[in-house]
Amino acid sequence: MKSLTSALLNRVVIAVPYLWLLIFFLVPFFIVFKISLSQPAIAMPPYTPTFDLSEGLSGLWAGLSEMSFSNYLWLTEDALYINSYLSSLWIAGVSTVLTLLVGYPMAYAMARAPENLRPILLMLVILPFWTSFLIRVYAWIGILKTEGLLNQFLLFIGIIDQPLVILNTSTAIYIGIVYSYLPFMVLPLYATLEKMDQSLIEAAQDLGCPPLSSFWKITFPLSLPGVVAGCMLVFIPAVGEFVIPDLLGGSRTLMIGKTLWNEFFANRDWPVSSAVAIVLLLILVVPIVFFQRAQARSQEKGA
Amino acid sequence: MAGTWGRFNIAALVLGFAFLYLPILLLVIFSFNESRLVTVWAGFSTKWYVQLFSNQGLMDAAWVTARVAFLSASIATVLGTMAALALTRYTRFRGRLLFSGMVFAPLVMPEVITGLSLLLLFVAINFDRGFATVTIAHITFSMCFVAVVVQSRLISFDRSLEEAALDLGATPTRAFFQVTLPVIMPAVISGWMLAFTLSLDDLVIASFTSGPGATTLPMKIYSQVRLGVTPEINAICTILIGIVTVGVIAASLVNKRREVIRRRDEAAYA
Repeated sequence: MKSLTSALLNRVVIAVPYLWLLIFFLVPFFIVFKISLSQPAIAMPPYTPTFDLSEGLSGLWAGLSEMSFSNYLWLTEDALYINSYLSSLWIAGVSTVLTLLVGYPMAYAMARAPENLRPILLMLVILPFWTSFLIRVYAWIGILKTEGLLNQFLLFIGIIDQPLVILNTSTAIYIGIVYSYLPFMVLPLYATLEKMDQSLIEAAQDLGCPPLSSFWKITFPLSLPGVVAGCMLVFIPAVGEFVIPDLLGGSRTLMIGKTLWNEFFANRDWPVSSAVAIVLLLILVVPIVFFQRAQARSQEKGA
Repeated sequence: MAGTWGRFNIAALVLGFAFLYLPILLLVIFSFNESRLVTVWAGFSTKWYVQLFSNQGLMDAAWVTARVAFLSASIATVLGTMAALALTRYTRFRGRLLFSGMVFAPLVMPEVITGLSLLLLFVAINFDRGFATVTIAHITFSMCFVAVVVQSRLISFDRSLEEAALDLGATPTRAFFQVTLPVIMPAVISGWMLAFTLSLDDLVIASFTSGPGATTLPMKIYSQVRLGVTPEINAICTILIGIVTVGVIAASLVNKRREVIRRRDEAAYA
């Protein structure tokens, strides 16, 4: 009797989250896929059900025969989409490099900090992550706009005599992404730098290696797993980012998350926005697979 | 200490933390600004806070957000903990690969896609959008974060403790609630907090999945920010920042205390 209830419990523990994710993650994904293949007129609001379940298999076949790749063709015909994808990848790439440049010295300093200071520094990095993303991006509007605090400050100290136009340019997006995703870069870097064996550096220095070259020859290569993890954690979400380009980038800078949003909410073209989503996912599969391989490799090394 | 740590390191930290905290600090300062202009200081005033509390639209949105966050974080914690148990305890069951894929995929899925796909599901099954759909959407993505947090704790959990309880005649349920759960509790709590803040924070997925009558605070803030900056937004942001800061500090103090007690107990038994 006891083993019977425990077997039942085991099943419940697996089945409940499993079913939840099937219904609310996998099925929706297939619906997006299905709608991306449908004719614009059918799926645009007013909307007809995707799967006519009452018709069973024949309904499914009818649906399959109506499939069309016209939405995907449309994506290649209008330069807007291609430009959005390319500019998203470019912006995410540049911001990832910038985040690395800002985050590496921070992580390095944290890892070398006195041991009793480290938990506090770690918490200081995590704390902004707990405060609203939207609010933190919003805070930058007041800083970056033409009459904003940054320009006031720069004018005051006399570096510039004309206010700079930063808000509504891609520079503002770079700042926004570096700022918002900095903790994602610092935490994995810190984790690898912190557990690094310091005696290697000491040995190099004893043998006469100057600090900078011991950094490039020992510290940096050993921290590569953290660099890869940090870059992926910044790059992958940055590609699909909506809030930062929308609030800081203005109307002229293109990013695919914003294009998808506009396609859906402004143009109300559901099939095309579904196709945009599917292509975005396909683009992201490459870095995700690369990331998982790198993770698996570093785990093998560690074991 | 300065010799080994170095000036360069201190500079990196000071600049880095200034970059992280200055925007938030400026936001807080300007929420007490007398002037309507966000960039000109015109003296101390709390009038935006007074106005905020008389702004029914914002207050309603805050109430909706709090309920969604509480409900979705609680359900996501249960589901996420179950998922973590399933992944660490049961190495073989049908569709395990698919399951682990579904647990990890939402973590890297762009929000616009998660939002769009859930909306299309709700439309396909003719489910009226509103409070329930936002909550379901938030449960779905935050349970995966909970699963990851709890799983990392479960991996380091010594299973022999649970086996000992079972050998001594405890039922599996009882062994779980009296042995396993107390040990993984810190991870479960931080999972809940993570889910709660993710839900409080979410604009994109809520915009796709909510309907009339279920406007969340981020949606409200977003629409007001687009219309032009209003100082009330600074005030509400400051309140949110304050709540989160107090919460995180309290949680870390509790954790620290727990750690001290645990060490003392270990020392006593050793």
